[in-house]
Amino acid sequence: MRIALRIAYSSLLLIATVLIRISAAEAADACIDCHIGLREERLNRPAVKIKDDYHLARGLGCQGCHGGDQTAIDNKAQSHSPAKGFLGKPKRHAIPESCGKCHSDPNYMRTFNPSIRTDQVKEYYSSTHGKRFREGDQKVAICISCHDVHAIRAVKDQMAWTYPTNVAETCSRCHGNADYMKTYKIPTDQFERYKQSIHYEMLTKRADLASPTCSSCHGSHGATPPGVDSVANVCSHCHAATADLFAKSPHKPAFAELGMPACVTCHSNHDVTKPSDAMLAGGADTPCVMCHEADSEPLKKAAELRTMIEGLSKQIDEASTILTRAEHAGMEVGPPRFELITAKQSLIKVRADTHSLNVQQIKVATDAGLIVAQKSLESGQGLLAEVQFRRKGLAASLLVIGAVLVGLFFKIREVDRRRGPD
Amino acid sequence: MTGARFADWIEERIDLGPLKHLIQKKAIPVHRHTVWYYFGGMTLFLFGIQVATGILLTLYYRPSVEEAYESVQFIMTEVQFGWLVRSVHSWSANLMVLTMMIHMFSVYLTQSYRKPRELTWVTGMAMFGIVLFFGFSGYLLPWNVLAYFATKVGTEIAGQFPLIGHALLRLLRGGDEVTGATVSRFYGIHIAILPACITAILGLHLFLVQKQGMSIPPSVERNRAGQSVPTMPFAPNFLLRDLFGWFLALGLLAALAALYPWELGQKADPFAPAPAGIRPEWYFVFMFQCLKYIPAKIGPFDGEVLGILGFTLGGILLVLVPFLDKRSAVGEPSPLFRSIGFGIIAFIVIFTVLGYFAPVPQ
Repeated sequence: MRIALRIAYSSLLLIATVLIRISAAEAADACIDCHIGLREERLNRPAVKIKDDYHLARGLGCQGCHGGDQTAIDNKAQSHSPAKGFLGKPKRHAIPESCGKCHSDPNYMRTFNPSIRTDQVKEYYSSTHGKRFREGDQKVAICISCHDVHAIRAVKDQMAWTYPTNVAETCSRCHGNADYMKTYKIPTDQFERYKQSIHYEMLTKRADLASPTCSSCHGSHGATPPGVDSVANVCSHCHAATADLFAKSPHKPAFAELGMPACVTCHSNHDVTKPSDAMLAGGADTPCVMCHEADSEPLKKAAELRTMIEGLSKQIDEASTILTRAEHAGMEVGPPRFELITAKQSLIKVRADTHSLNVQQIKVATDAGLIVAQKSLESGQGLLAEVQFRRKGLAASLLVIGAVLVGLFFKIREVDRRRGPD
Repeated sequence: MTGARFADWIEERIDLGPLKHLIQKKAIPVHRHTVWYYFGGMTLFLFGIQVATGILLTLYYRPSVEEAYESVQFIMTEVQFGWLVRSVHSWSANLMVLTMMIHMFSVYLTQSYRKPRELTWVTGMAMFGIVLFFGFSGYLLPWNVLAYFATKVGTEIAGQFPLIGHALLRLLRGGDEVTGATVSRFYGIHIAILPACITAILGLHLFLVQKQGMSIPPSVERNRAGQSVPTMPFAPNFLLRDLFGWFLALGLLAALAALYPWELGQKADPFAPAPAGIRPEWYFVFMFQCLKYIPAKIGPFDGEVLGILGFTLGGILLVLVPFLDKRSAVGEPSPLFRSIGFGIIAFIVIFTVLGYFAPVPQ
């Protein structure tokens, strides 16, 4: 009993020591120490949020933006003294310059990160946001609109508003708010449409951080909508090979002549869905009919391309299905699956090649893929035959083992009987 | 006739009389716990299968990062019945651990470790440790994703051991990371060092079993109130029953190998992220799962280190049970050690089940 009490006392002492240490550590900053205890939420929230701030973690406290003296503990007059440069809440129109005091100073920023960029403020004023802000529009986005205020996190922090998977939501806080955007007369459904896109799926569900979000196409600090002429350049950042094929195709001059933007004319912009072979059908719901008449020669060509590509796709699916069946039956399908990758690469290539509209070139690539897919299919069929062989072999072995067991059973009975009662 | 002539030929050169006498004289006690006697022999049978299939696998296996996976894939796809040999090797390894555990706990719960069989228990426990190391070292050899990360995690846990942890980790890995050096090292351990150790200890274990005969549980002796326990001759009565069990195990092995061939998975990529839900072989899962539940810090101590120390201490105490359990030594009931035994079994079962079915925190 005495020992148990001693353990309990020691534990309490340990907990008390830890708690005392925590409060002592927090008390080092006069601003946080005082504001965290204030009743008004607008006054205590900054002290709560700043614990997650990237700047605070590097020793840059409240006075960096608000001025004052953060060492003047329990002394409001001193900590809020104008003589110490106390600014209070910075005015909205002064915020970009306030952030720029440090972030536009290469000499200062180099002390934290030698390769950090320092042109954000300059770039901001080149953006649609920045231009309107200079004109006195206080509703447009400024630094804190996207980076948060008091809980500013590094872009690489998954909780940051500017982390790739959070960017679209950050932009949509304004751009998805129809009331807020009313005066600008621009659509507010971009985020909802983007959520239906393959880009959003890749980024958020498959965690592919290279997949584009708003800032990938519009820019971040210099955010502006890409014009008709520059859309292809934006997409070609990632889809370089496809863009190259399109540039050499007869579509390129035709689109330019009609004043239609490349890429988005067929694939849309925010809601870019995964293209399917059905896009080549030339039917009423395909983009082809925007320019080409039904039964026209170009549409017949498109249908021919579709037949070739779907043939290869079907063959790959069949091979894949049969290999999966063999795999589920316990067969080692590594080598044929590896071979099938070549056929899948051919399929990806021919789908991209459709942008060139070169039927002959597409046929060569499709035929090469078909040969490989056929080989994988045959391997899969062979493996399934092997499964049957194994099962027959097992049945035969179990018959032999069963016969031995029966023999042993009778032998055991015989030797037990011969021995008689113990 | 030829057989009899051959036996005579041998007899002329080697006197088999004492051996024949030993076999004829050997008797097995018959009581309600006799069934547990079969698990020792069953483990030995599965060990024999391990040796035979293991030797066959060495004919094609190549212990290097460049060739390990490919050579196992070659065994599985190109070598005639290679898939069968590898699957039987892997399945019988797992069945052997299972039968060995049953054998160990049946010996424990029937108090067969008591005087004069302390050394038999200690050699058995040593073999159990070796068999677990067999499993751990063999798991890496195909150099697939699961094997790589399980070995990485397993050796990291060994590296947490106080004082000698880092040296132990380097000794196991052959460096700071799991690399080709680890594969060749594990291969050497798996096919040479461990077999040599287990052969020597197994010889001693079997010698002690033959010398001392089968242990009769104290509860059976007490129930018989001084009367002798009935027996059956080892040959042929018990041996035929053993054979019956071995053929059953053989049928089970054949079915498992043919219907569920041991899969190879993807080749290991040390630069790829660890797959989700990674866990070791089932017989290590209880320890792995338990370590997950231990807080990162317990007071000033590292939780994982305390956990590892706890398992080490538990293992040592288990080995020393014959010397700690004074009541069993004099044939009295030993409820404390019996409860500990059931507690260990419950612990292993519960944490193994949790390891497979508890939700993984995101």
